[in-house]
Amino acid sequence: MRILIVEDEPRLLTNLAKALREEGYAVDTAADGVDGIYKAESTDYDAVVLDVMLPKLDGCKVLERLRKSKTTPVLMLTARETHADRVRGLDLGADDYLVKPFDLGELFARIRALIRRNARQTTNQIQLGDITLDTRSQSAQQNGQTITLTAREFAILEYLALHRGEIISRTELYEHLFDENDSTLSNLVDVHIFSLRKKLGADVIATRRGQGYCIEK
Amino acid sequence: MKFTKSIRWRLLLWIALFLSLVLAALVFAAFEIYFIGRLDRIDVELNRRTVAISRALFTQKAVGIETESADLANADAIQTAETAQTADLDPKKITASLRRFQSVDPNGFYSAVWLLKDTDPTFISANAPDDLSRPRLATRDTSTYTRTRGDYRETFHATERGDCVLTGHSLAMENANAQRILFWLVFGSLTVLGLGLGGASFIIGQALRPVEKIGAAAQHIANGHLSERIPAKETDSELGQLAAVLNSTFARLETAFAQQKRFTADAAHELRTPLTVLITEAQLTLSRERSTAEYKESMAASLETAQQMRKLANLLLELSRFDAGQEKLEREPTDLAALARECVKLVTPLADERGIRIHTDLPATTIEVDAARIRQIVTNLLTNAVRYNRDNGGIFITIQKEEHLVVLAVADTGNGISTTDLPRVFERFYRADKSRASGGSGLGLAISKAIAEAHGGTIEVSSEAGRGSIFTLRLPV
Repeated sequence: MRILIVEDEPRLLTNLAKALREEGYAVDTAADGVDGIYKAESTDYDAVVLDVMLPKLDGCKVLERLRKSKTTPVLMLTARETHADRVRGLDLGADDYLVKPFDLGELFARIRALIRRNARQTTNQIQLGDITLDTRSQSAQQNGQTITLTAREFAILEYLALHRGEIISRTELYEHLFDENDSTLSNLVDVHIFSLRKKLGADVIATRRGQGYCIEK
Repeated sequence: MKFTKSIRWRLLLWIALFLSLVLAALVFAAFEIYFIGRLDRIDVELNRRTVAISRALFTQKAVGIETESADLANADAIQTAETAQTADLDPKKITASLRRFQSVDPNGFYSAVWLLKDTDPTFISANAPDDLSRPRLATRDTSTYTRTRGDYRETFHATERGDCVLTGHSLAMENANAQRILFWLVFGSLTVLGLGLGGASFIIGQALRPVEKIGAAAQHIANGHLSERIPAKETDSELGQLAAVLNSTFARLETAFAQQKRFTADAAHELRTPLTVLITEAQLTLSRERSTAEYKESMAASLETAQQMRKLANLLLELSRFDAGQEKLEREPTDLAALARECVKLVTPLADERGIRIHTDLPATTIEVDAARIRQIVTNLLTNAVRYNRDNGGIFITIQKEEHLVVLAVADTGNGISTTDLPRVFERFYRADKSRASGGSGLGLAISKAIAEAHGGTIEVSSEAGRGSIFTLRLPV
């Protein structure tokens, strides 16, 4: 899952990015509205965390422009909690709203909810035959037995599971798992898939030659 | 509203009081004029008759009787009196004369004579009351007296010899008339009073209705509908003017409220951001085991954020003190040039980093100001001039003396301020670049303005896009 954070307070931006990376997300950052809209329009993020008060282009304008081309889930952050501000943000197409100061735990929960909703899931549990994925604790169980997965492995499994029945290209998988600062080679995806098949069984993830990977419905 | 305190009831009370007094005076005057007038006429008549009878009966020569009696209505009475002169004071003849006197008088007058020391009247006319007795008079008192005895008005006097002559008239009819007139006067007055109060109440009601409307509208506005106004049609009337004054007060109140609201919202916003940093910092650090270096870094970042909050809190406190007029200035004679040079020295390292040169033109100028406060302004202006300058640019700080004024100007060679931002740079938390990254609190110029105004001075800005800005501080000497 790849997330974009647009926030002008430098320390908050660093903290949020670090915290979300530790939660297993790939995180891109932008410190102003112009950079924010550029990144949000050019990449398919799984969610965007957008501050309202931004230099150059304020959050509402970023959202307004983004909604012309993309339906990426957007969580607005604001220090203003007046009714009018919240209504305005939501009406412009924000999917959720969080008032500063907030708890990191709540931010994580809301981001999970946004991604879940976007994939038409209702809970944090994803069932794949005899495998259960818990997106909250980032863990997988097979027949009641916990399977140890690395963060990257879990992320690949989660992304494929949320898009069950769809063929996901290697590039798309790469785009959603690595952030702008990652310089790893794209064949790393293949390495993780290999390792996942070893742990969960070869038939969980199917390879479509020349197209990508897929978890069958 | 308490009943007795309402304007309507107070006005009515005063009108009632005033009207009652006027009516009472009128009734009294009318009654007096009527009754006293009647009594006077009766008295004159009584007096004349008494004198005429006395003269006729007891004076040997009726000197001047013609003139006296010329006014008498009844010419016969004079003749009788003249005849009586020859009676030589014979009681019988006197009685006869008196009877004549009486018989020719149909107007209810009665006369009586007590000869010498008699206690019974020699003659009492048919009109005379039964209880008529000789009036008591001191010996040799020959004055004429008038008295009211019960329902009777009587005039009497004694002759030198000691005879007593009395003429009287019943007041029964007069009193009855007077009572009737008094009754109607009082009745009329009460009617007028009632009508007057009713009319007054109506007029007061009419006059007070717009006041009540204004009051209700003002109450409504005061209850939080600050954007509404009192509807006022005629602005020329007193009430229209009142409404206009109230409306302008509400307008100012609304502006002040809006400013206050925005300031509070801005302040909350400014405090919330560092608070969010603190909370996320702590939560992130505590979410798992960290290395000592990470803990240290986190603590350092937290400390920096906390200090930033402290600075902000202090600035806010300072501003609110200026707002409340509680900030005391410690004025003392200060050399503004020396003060400015200190400030220049303070920001020179900052300017050097970016190759900015500071040019000064600072003639010695002594002025009575709060030095610490003015230093705050100058430092703020210089810091801004460095922050918003271009690299290798210049800053010019000058002092000029004008009549009653000292003008300190700080000019920079930065990008200037856009025309949309220019009028708002002194607003609290207004940042032209909307960025917190520049490090400013957004309060510096607002506080500078507050300080300048507390000194009775002004601070202004002019700017040219691409050329730079000039901030001008004017202080009265």
